[in-house]
Amino acid sequence: MTALAIDVHDLRKSFGSLKVVDGLSLQVPEGEICGFLGGNGSGKTTTIRILCGLLTPDGGGGTCLGLDLIRRAPEIRRQVGYMTQRFSFYGDLTVAENLEFVAELYEIPNRRRAISQVLERMGLAPRAAQLAGALSGGWKQRMALAACLLHAPRLLLLDEPTAGVDAKARREFWDLITDMAAEGMTVLVSTHYMDEAERCQRIIYLAGGRLVVQGTAEAVVRDAQMVAFEATGPDLEAALRRLRPDPGVDSAAIFGHVLHVAGTDREAVVRAIWQPENQAGLEWREAQPRLDDVFVHLLRQSEGMS
Amino acid sequence: MTRFSPARVLAVLRKESIQMRRDPATIGLTMILPLIQLFLFGYALNANPRHLPTALVSADHSRYERTVTAALANTGYFDIHPYPTVQEAQAALARGDVLFVLRIPPDFARSVDRGEKPSLLMEADATDPTAIAHATAAMTALNASVLNRDLPVSLQGEPVSPPYEAILHARYNPEQITALNIVPGLIGVVLSFSTMVITTLAITRERETGTMENLLAMPVRPVEVMLGKIVPYIGLGYAQTFLILAVAVLVFDVPVRGSVPLLLFALGVFIACNLALGFTFSTIATTQMQAQQLVQFALLPSFMLSGFLYPFYGMPAWARFIGEVLPLTHVLRICRGVLLKGNGLPEILPDLWPMALFAVAAGVVAAFSYHETLD
Repeated sequence: MTALAIDVHDLRKSFGSLKVVDGLSLQVPEGEICGFLGGNGSGKTTTIRILCGLLTPDGGGGTCLGLDLIRRAPEIRRQVGYMTQRFSFYGDLTVAENLEFVAELYEIPNRRRAISQVLERMGLAPRAAQLAGALSGGWKQRMALAACLLHAPRLLLLDEPTAGVDAKARREFWDLITDMAAEGMTVLVSTHYMDEAERCQRIIYLAGGRLVVQGTAEAVVRDAQMVAFEATGPDLEAALRRLRPDPGVDSAAIFGHVLHVAGTDREAVVRAIWQPENQAGLEWREAQPRLDDVFVHLLRQSEGMS
Repeated sequence: MTRFSPARVLAVLRKESIQMRRDPATIGLTMILPLIQLFLFGYALNANPRHLPTALVSADHSRYERTVTAALANTGYFDIHPYPTVQEAQAALARGDVLFVLRIPPDFARSVDRGEKPSLLMEADATDPTAIAHATAAMTALNASVLNRDLPVSLQGEPVSPPYEAILHARYNPEQITALNIVPGLIGVVLSFSTMVITTLAITRERETGTMENLLAMPVRPVEVMLGKIVPYIGLGYAQTFLILAVAVLVFDVPVRGSVPLLLFALGVFIACNLALGFTFSTIATTQMQAQQLVQFALLPSFMLSGFLYPFYGMPAWARFIGEVLPLTHVLRICRGVLLKGNGLPEILPDLWPMALFAVAAGVVAAFSYHETLD
């Protein structure tokens, strides 16, 4: 059995009367890339902050890298790389100066070499002398990642690292993360992008501060037992407008020239698309349910509960 | 070009007033702070101070002495405390414990009786000319007939002048130039501004730009952040001090009678007070706006109650008590004392330790109010 990088039970955290994390238990094995998903306000950021010791949980506990979450928070901090959602380095320092500052705080031996290595690896070397505030969004993310990696952490906590970054930069960013996981680093990364979720070895889905589902992408899709149909033809928008409110349809969206519809109840979905106006000129065929079908379904379910 | 549109002005105005309503803390402070200041300064400040501490050194205890001191006390300006020797009285003057030393010469009574008009020496601490102006005027205006009832019959009559000569000796600032008082005081005031304001913004800025979260996630201890942030500004504060001192000496002819290293040491303690206080403010305030208000709340009483703008002895006891807590009060006395009076360590010690205590206390509060988590 592989060791657990994160093993926490029944975490609770409230801000005022708002329960942001409400009895959350998580297990992440070492060396995995774990996707942290959930709607806005589902407690992802708060959980990440608890894991790296920035917030004290109101209840629950456990271990992070084998160290007690509450009593050994300072030690955890030294071995965790935390990348904040918002760029939080100094815009009026250059890339190299920012990294030097971080390296000094972590008391990294042989700083110059560590910095030049990470600059090289991130492709940041040509920009080392640039002011961090003048970097574009994609380069800022990369600089932030570089800063998180300097002290060779065993666990990376990335809070929506690719929000607002273009597709190419996102792909390159993920290639880097995948490389690092291959070297044995554990990565917990929150995201709203389904293509990113699909690149994770494990998915954790939160809603209302509670765990809704966790497992591999395939297992999550399989266990949801959804069915999906796709249509091509004219005026897909009109069909989409008709199908979205249908109680049998959990998720409906247009991807390019394809209308994708999914639900948990095969008969209900079939009844919906079998309506005469949804048949006119459209060509339907059964398709694989997608990960986002599952998430839209879960999101609706959790909204229905609350 | 787009036309000027009153509707758009209204739109901005509406948006601003909504934002103001959403920030009740700031609104509250802007209403409450002026009220506090109004009451504080309205009751505390007095440009015509009375009951100034006066040392009496008498070499000739006589009925004349009693009458003169009683008459002085009756003006309301002098609170007379007997001192056994001239040395002790003058040391008290140097420390600022008394503002006047009244010396009754030997054989005062006999000389008066002989009609010799002996001199009555009043030494005044003229570092703050406004503080003693009214008192000295009251002394010279003592009625010529003050001793009349006590005089021997031969000298009684309708005197045109008192039977003694009152000599005022304005010590430390004989020409009573106000600038000599203001300029050394300004050293403390300018330093408060620069050091406290800058440090107050230090942490608040980290919070507003979001870099605080990152700083907290890294293994750095609060005391390390505090020292690291404070030390550069101590350097800056000293650079300012040298500049002000140079201008004070070269342009305003402020004398340097005491030891400059001693003054710099005391100023270092003062800078530490301000930095620690500023750091505390910046950990309390959530926005730079609130931080600025806190600084203002600390600075204004400092100017008003420290003896910088108004005579310290003019204030009622409770206001003087507040003043004694403020570091600016003590640094003002030290600056004036070292520069104008040539005071050394023993004389400034009574003002040095309260500042050191303040610096330590503020430092402890600052270290405790810096949270290592975001809760």
